[in-house]
Amino acid sequence: MKPARFDYVRAATLAEAHAVLAGDGGEARVIAGGQTLIPMLSMRLARPRVLVDIMCLPELARIEDAGDAISVGAAVRQSEVLDCPQLATRHPLLAAALPWVGHAQTRSRGTLCGSVAHADPSAEIPLVLTALGGSITLSSRRRRRTVGADQFFRGLMSTDRRDDELIASVSFPAARSGHGYAFREFGRRHGDFAIVACAAVVTGSTTRLAVGGVADRPSARDWGNLAGEALDDALNELAYELDAREDMHATARFRRDLVRRLGRQTILEARRCLV
Amino acid sequence: MPRLSGDSRHSVCFKLNGRSVAAQAEPRMLLTDFLRHTIGLTGTHVGCEHGVCGACTIQVDGRPARACLILAVQVEGASVRTIEDLAPEPGRLSALQEAFRRHHALQCGFCTAGILMSLDAYLREHANPGERELREHLSGHLCRCTGYAPIVAAAIDAARDLRGEEAHGA
Repeated sequence: MKPARFDYVRAATLAEAHAVLAGDGGEARVIAGGQTLIPMLSMRLARPRVLVDIMCLPELARIEDAGDAISVGAAVRQSEVLDCPQLATRHPLLAAALPWVGHAQTRSRGTLCGSVAHADPSAEIPLVLTALGGSITLSSRRRRRTVGADQFFRGLMSTDRRDDELIASVSFPAARSGHGYAFREFGRRHGDFAIVACAAVVTGSTTRLAVGGVADRPSARDWGNLAGEALDDALNELAYELDAREDMHATARFRRDLVRRLGRQTILEARRCLV
Repeated sequence: MPRLSGDSRHSVCFKLNGRSVAAQAEPRMLLTDFLRHTIGLTGTHVGCEHGVCGACTIQVDGRPARACLILAVQVEGASVRTIEDLAPEPGRLSALQEAFRRHHALQCGFCTAGILMSLDAYLREHANPGERELREHLSGHLCRCTGYAPIVAAAIDAARDLRGEEAHGA
């Protein structure tokens, strides 16, 4: 359980971080909170040649509220976002999901962008980004680009980020009037990886459900204002379409059942929150 | 900043239990090993070494964090507090430690240092914690001896002591 050797650069400027990523490419890894990367280093699932620490870059340490969205920089820790005073009213989905990310003892170090970069299929932050139609801003020495969550997550721990890019920030659309939001998760214990997690965004006439933990990435479906059997049928269809994974934690059949039940509960809860 | 070579050791300067220290670490050295082997503070225990058990929990800049999920070089400039700093003086226990003793909140003691550091940080921000919140906070720790009930009782009792109320526990 000891990492293999790597060089370490504590970047003092964004340009310096970009230069390491451009020079070492796939052999370099960005480290922010390290709550996912360090266990991977310790288990030697990751053996980078160099780590670039971005936590000292002030331009990445900001939470910017643009009114209709909140942008969270790559050096912002999960606990800092949870401490934002208006999180529950302006960003109810994020406020509901963040306490499910790891434990207080890892949220004190871990970042939102790190969770997005790792792209675990059962992770909460990628699910919330997918449900809200949020976006990810990437930067490299040559350019800066913004990608929608639906384009960014490509598969099991695989994203649209290129070797010379780092995630600069992620952007979450704010709550809008006439919308209801809800998040639910099922795991063996609180803080464990989700077996299935659901995030719902509803209006008087639309229903959007995003599901994590089932397929190789979070995915969302849009329906009308379905109820009763029509909603059950739609959830059943979704449960099969997601092509559930089977692993040591749960069978595919169990995951499909959770999609049906948890999906329904989440949608109904979101409808109750409609303002 | 220069690239710190993985083949050699580099100076890390930080605050440890209120005092400035500087010690040498390879970039790959975990903070657990740095504290225990290089600095010699063995109160921080090492359990699973991949961030699951919580035994190595310390405080970094006032917040509880797992030392096995931090590289030594990452604490440059930070303020680190370990279990060695919890008792106010040799031979005297903190209110939280005292409550753990009263409630038999430990048996083998392997997880205890981590749990104490976690709860110490938590009680500083939550003067009147409920059982549910405490259990949620403790979900980041594994204890195989106690079944957690005496740990929760000790934390509630310690919070009462820290508020200056009369203790009714044990």
